[in-house]
Amino acid sequence: MILDVAGLSFRYNGRSVLEDVEFRVNRHEILAILGPNGVGKTTLLRCINTLVRPHSGTILLDDRDLLAMRRDEVARLLAYVPQRSETGPITAFDAILLGRRPHIGWDIRREDILKVHAIIEKLHLGDLALRPINSMSGGELQKVLIARALVQEPGLLLLDEPTSSLDLKNQVDILAFLRMIVKGHSLTAILTMHDINQAIRFADRFLFLKDMRVFAAGTREIITPELIGEVYGLPVTVVKVNGMPYVIPGSD
Amino acid sequence: MHLEVNTSPEPDGYLHYIRQKGLFIAAAGLCLILLVLVAIAVGSSFIPIPEIAAVFLSPSGGGVSNIVMNVRLPRVLSAVIAGAGLAAAGVVMQSVLRNPLSSPYTLGVSHAAAFGAAFAITVLGAGSLSHLISDSVVVRNPYIVTICAFAGAMCATTALLVVAKYRSSQPEVMILVGVALAALFTAGTTFLQYFSSADQIAAIVFWTFGDVGRATWSDLILIIAIVLPSLGYFLFRRWDYNAIDAGDETAHSLGVNVERIRSFAMLLSSLITAVVVSFLGIIGFIGLVSPHMMRRVIGSDQRYLLPASCIAGAILLLGADMVARLIIAPAVLPVGVLTAFLGAPLFIYLLIGRNVP
Repeated sequence: MILDVAGLSFRYNGRSVLEDVEFRVNRHEILAILGPNGVGKTTLLRCINTLVRPHSGTILLDDRDLLAMRRDEVARLLAYVPQRSETGPITAFDAILLGRRPHIGWDIRREDILKVHAIIEKLHLGDLALRPINSMSGGELQKVLIARALVQEPGLLLLDEPTSSLDLKNQVDILAFLRMIVKGHSLTAILTMHDINQAIRFADRFLFLKDMRVFAAGTREIITPELIGEVYGLPVTVVKVNGMPYVIPGSD
Repeated sequence: MHLEVNTSPEPDGYLHYIRQKGLFIAAAGLCLILLVLVAIAVGSSFIPIPEIAAVFLSPSGGGVSNIVMNVRLPRVLSAVIAGAGLAAAGVVMQSVLRNPLSSPYTLGVSHAAAFGAAFAITVLGAGSLSHLISDSVVVRNPYIVTICAFAGAMCATTALLVVAKYRSSQPEVMILVGVALAALFTAGTTFLQYFSSADQIAAIVFWTFGDVGRATWSDLILIIAIVLPSLGYFLFRRWDYNAIDAGDETAHSLGVNVERIRSFAMLLSSLITAVVVSFLGIIGFIGLVSPHMMRRVIGSDQRYLLPASCIAGAILLLGADMVARLIIAPAVLPVGVLTAFLGAPLFIYLLIGRNVP
């Protein structure tokens, strides 16, 4: 799906958080939203997900206006993986089954259960299926939450800091896993990230926010010491490792 | 994206797992039916179950028929409906407020409803008070009493919803607000008592002890008319409560209108509490205990937790009432006293060892 955001502004308690944000994500692309803390990365995701209403601007998904749609219609088009989710004594299978909520009427059908089963098999979560999610590690839970979002059968996947609570191995695992899914299922994905080097290796395009606005957007080529220095207010050096830019704090 | 399902095998483990939950609920339902029969049979005179069946099949109007139809059955049905209704209100409040200590009683909604009902009876003259222990309050106008009880309950509920909006992450805060509300409305009831005669005071005090034996058939029909549709609505919304259990943001992204579902759930819970309190008095802890017991057994999936909690609430209240009837026979203890004796220690246990999310 193609996402087109134009002129998006959001205020919170009279204070401007986002101003005139404009960008586009093409089909099957992964976009990473980057920028310093408090710049409005999560707010931007929440606007796209219609969790909060922007004060002006348009959000078009394949030329359909997301802001004019009903909540359940939006839920059938895009899925959101929040940074944190409440956990309780329910099994991973039931937690993933919840992702079918936008598609069910009075009750789940056999097809819904089979779809959950299919995604569990595909993601090799079989061992977790009947375990309660409140006894899982951060990495396991994150996979379950991603599986829930996928079983929603969205065209656009939004993830808020999907790796923030994970150790190094789990970070690499989850990102590889996400990339495989996005590329293998004709999805489009947008995520916020803190670790710029991880983002460079994972995403196709990058959106840098600064002072409530889009500071720069583009592919890996735009990542220069000048840009990173401007956005984060910190002198950096960019070196090439295996042909990929690698950002190191410090000016030499 | 679209998921292909044709090639994948059956999820046997999961199907077995949910079949077990279904079986558990069926078994609990069977237990409830048996307990209902036993509860009709035992009492100051024992009625064998075949005779009860005979009364149901062909009501003759004789002595046994009179006891079954006008004394035991209304009492038993009151216990079942009130127990199921309070348990449902408890489980739904625990879900939408995302607070495991919620129930109509622990959050002061019951006390607020009792104040409203007492106000209707003493000030608006919707009922008459007598000093007869067996018949302390006669509700002359059940609609006004219920409406006033509901108004009282909604005052408390509105306060709770405001607190939930701003401080929802702290279960203890909510409980303290509940304590404050309970104290406030108990004080209100005391205020009404202060301007009543000695007989009336005795009657009001006696009335606030929950007792399932005082509902007449017409009371019972009103209770059923409110509780059953509410239970139906709760069940209809079970997936939405599951979604809210996963967090507001997740629920929203799954297409759930969280604010509306939450407000409506609280409104119906207040209504159930109001109608139960109006006719049966304050019955504590059923709404807190039943969901907790069932959550331990079959988990927090509302598809199963809701019906299981309703059945557990009905069994608990009916069982407690049987004990209350038999423990100091021929005198009958108000069941509200017994549920408080059983529920209070469990509430303290939950507060201390809070490990259930």
